[in-house]
Amino acid sequence: MSTATDTKKKAPAGERVADWADGRLGIYSLAKANMRKIFPDHWSFMLGEIALYSFIIIILTGVYLTLFFHPSMNEIEYHGSYVPMQGIRMTEAYASTLDISFDVRGGLLIRQIHHWAALIFLAAMFVHMMRVFFTGAFRKPREINWLFGFLLFVLGMFTGFTGYSLPDDLLSGTGVRFTQGAILATPIVGTYLSMFLFGGEFPGHDMVARFYSIHILLLPGIMLGLVVAHLILVFYHKHTQFAGPGRTNKNVVGMPLLPVYMAKAGGFFFLVFGVIALIAGMFTINPVWALGPYRPDHVSTGAQPDWYMGFAEGLVRVMPGWEINLWGHTLVLGVFIPLVLFGVVLAVLAVYPFIESWITGDKREHHILDRPRNAPTRTALGVAWVTGYVIMLLGGGNDIFATHFHLSINAITWFVRITYFVGPVLAFIITKRICLGLQRRDKDKVLHGRESGIIKRLPHGEFVEVHEPLAQGDLYKLTAHEQYKPAEIGPTVDENGVRRKVKLTERLRARLSKSYYGEHNQIDKPTADEYKEITSGHGHH
Amino acid sequence: MKKLSARRRHPLAAVVVLLLALAATGGLYAAFAPADKAQADTTAQSLAIKEGQKLYTVGCASCHGTGGQGTSDGPSLVGVGSAAVDFQVGTGRMPAQQPGAQVPKKKNIYTQAEIDQLAAYVASLGAGPITPTEKQYSPEGADIAKGGELFRNNCAQCHNFTGEGGALTEGKYAPSLEGVSPKHLYEAMQTGPQNMPSFPDTTMPEQQKRDIIAYVKTVNGEDTPTPGGFALGGLGPVSEGLFGWIFGLGSLIAVAIWVAAHTAKAKKS
Repeated sequence: MSTATDTKKKAPAGERVADWADGRLGIYSLAKANMRKIFPDHWSFMLGEIALYSFIIIILTGVYLTLFFHPSMNEIEYHGSYVPMQGIRMTEAYASTLDISFDVRGGLLIRQIHHWAALIFLAAMFVHMMRVFFTGAFRKPREINWLFGFLLFVLGMFTGFTGYSLPDDLLSGTGVRFTQGAILATPIVGTYLSMFLFGGEFPGHDMVARFYSIHILLLPGIMLGLVVAHLILVFYHKHTQFAGPGRTNKNVVGMPLLPVYMAKAGGFFFLVFGVIALIAGMFTINPVWALGPYRPDHVSTGAQPDWYMGFAEGLVRVMPGWEINLWGHTLVLGVFIPLVLFGVVLAVLAVYPFIESWITGDKREHHILDRPRNAPTRTALGVAWVTGYVIMLLGGGNDIFATHFHLSINAITWFVRITYFVGPVLAFIITKRICLGLQRRDKDKVLHGRESGIIKRLPHGEFVEVHEPLAQGDLYKLTAHEQYKPAEIGPTVDENGVRRKVKLTERLRARLSKSYYGEHNQIDKPTADEYKEITSGHGHH
Repeated sequence: MKKLSARRRHPLAAVVVLLLALAATGGLYAAFAPADKAQADTTAQSLAIKEGQKLYTVGCASCHGTGGQGTSDGPSLVGVGSAAVDFQVGTGRMPAQQPGAQVPKKKNIYTQAEIDQLAAYVASLGAGPITPTEKQYSPEGADIAKGGELFRNNCAQCHNFTGEGGALTEGKYAPSLEGVSPKHLYEAMQTGPQNMPSFPDTTMPEQQKRDIIAYVKTVNGEDTPTPGGFALGGLGPVSEGLFGWIFGLGSLIAVAIWVAAHTAKAKKS
């Protein structure tokens, strides 16, 4: 009880703190604008959250690891507690990784959480990206955010790769040697680049320290900035939603950020952390102690990169070892072509939104997601890309698949070489057929209702299955998508009968548009008239 | 001497001389002749060769020829030595079930005694590496760290970092070294079975072989600790990536679906 002036009652402590902060940070207006921000609910919208949370977990565990890791290539003799390596000469980087694994409290668990979280981070980004792709969430106004996400994925790959290279064990050293080979295969500048990056001949004495700066500072710094930008744009654009009753291109139907999504997202963070910690506690990842220190004269079979670089490994493994020797110079096509393909495979992903918007010519904003079946050509292209990617992953692990499925490694290599070209084409055709089939089924459901499973016998002996009409909301969901008309080249002669020149790009666009939205590339959705006509009739059809 | 001389015509003199002579011969023989055991071995050896030949005729001759000279289906066994037989038959690789890129290891149906007999027969065809004794291959007291270095230098290219095995061309492979006995490891290095190069004592002395055996047994033995938890086959990033996708991301997506399914419900009016 205070004794003196109680005339003016003091506000509660929390309010006073909030007032104080508002006076300096303006949090009231911020909170007012954002606390009731609405997010739609769908499990697939949480894939990006998995990526975000594993990224946070990686940063937290990574900080702990930096406390004990020595990014140095000075040679020392190991005298730690792992017996099979005692007395072996190794770099400080490798020795300190062994120390983290065996002598630092909690070190091995944290290392395994860090590494598992990295694999899951990349996988979650991949799946998140596929979700965005297949539902058309990359369309205007989200193209820039698609690029940010794409950059995060690519930077994640290289951050992962530089981290994988740090322990300087035999596996990581082999991976770095592989990369150096790819750098050397670059025409003209390859050798210079290699000498610059490694500070002289491979492996040199600088590699670990340089990769360390890149791994813990440069790339994660950029990524953190991109993540923030990515999230700001999600807030700014508002989240997309699937079509449904009451959901339009101009609203968002869902739950507010506070309290629902803060609780859900916060809880989900701990679930993600829990699952990753559980996996890291139970399953070994990269047992560096068993691999031995890197020496350029040593190599082991079964040396692969982590999965996200697996397709690059595959490209190099299955590429025939072509080379051109001219005027005393060698162009190693066997490595250079995969290097180019590596960039191309990723680049098509980055530019796809721009290609599609050019083909459709659609400059409007889209906040309602497509069901993948309603964009058959896009869906088929996506599946084709994923097919090619997965086939290359198979190529990257060809030796493991050979030994564990009792196959010839040469047969697998040839299989990959052929299916890399055939597989995506087949996947494209099959996916498109499936999408069109599903569209037909949707149309059928709208017009004739759901199959009820009740068989009725009519007076004249005919058996029919009773169809139940769909609920109004379901009808809306199945017909909400809009269908483009294929772009036409337009009249080739003007009003005076003079032929105008039709640009090549114009022709190309018309053809592509036709392949996207032409007659056999989408099923016309049922019109209201069709629906009325059928439902007004009585009995069966 | 007189006494001796006086008794030289004694009726029992001849008997005594005979006894002395026999004792002397016997003693000398016992002293200078090859040891009893060796004597027994020689007989056992010829017996083993004979028995081994019988086993050979039944199990091996169809491919390696009746005299071990080899046929189009199997190489000559002259000079492969008893160590090669002990390895090939002891690991169940021989007799081979069928021709193929490589003869796999399978259940061994011969007793060690029978294998020794077969080995004795094949060794009698021509000199070759001899089955090692336990003293030669025992990893007891060998230098594990040195063995690891030698392993990474000579073996890991095909057998993987810790001997989990790896692929070779056209369906051939370097088998996993898990559960392979020290004797068979030694013999494999000594004789170079199938696609493996051989590492005779001239290039890799006995001590180094023992170091390697000690390393393999330490990192890939029955009681090798796996401090990180389940080892996922020890195959590196391919199995880790598959696991991360299927069980890591898979369970997280399952959790996401669960969370999304338990959303806050709007009040129904």
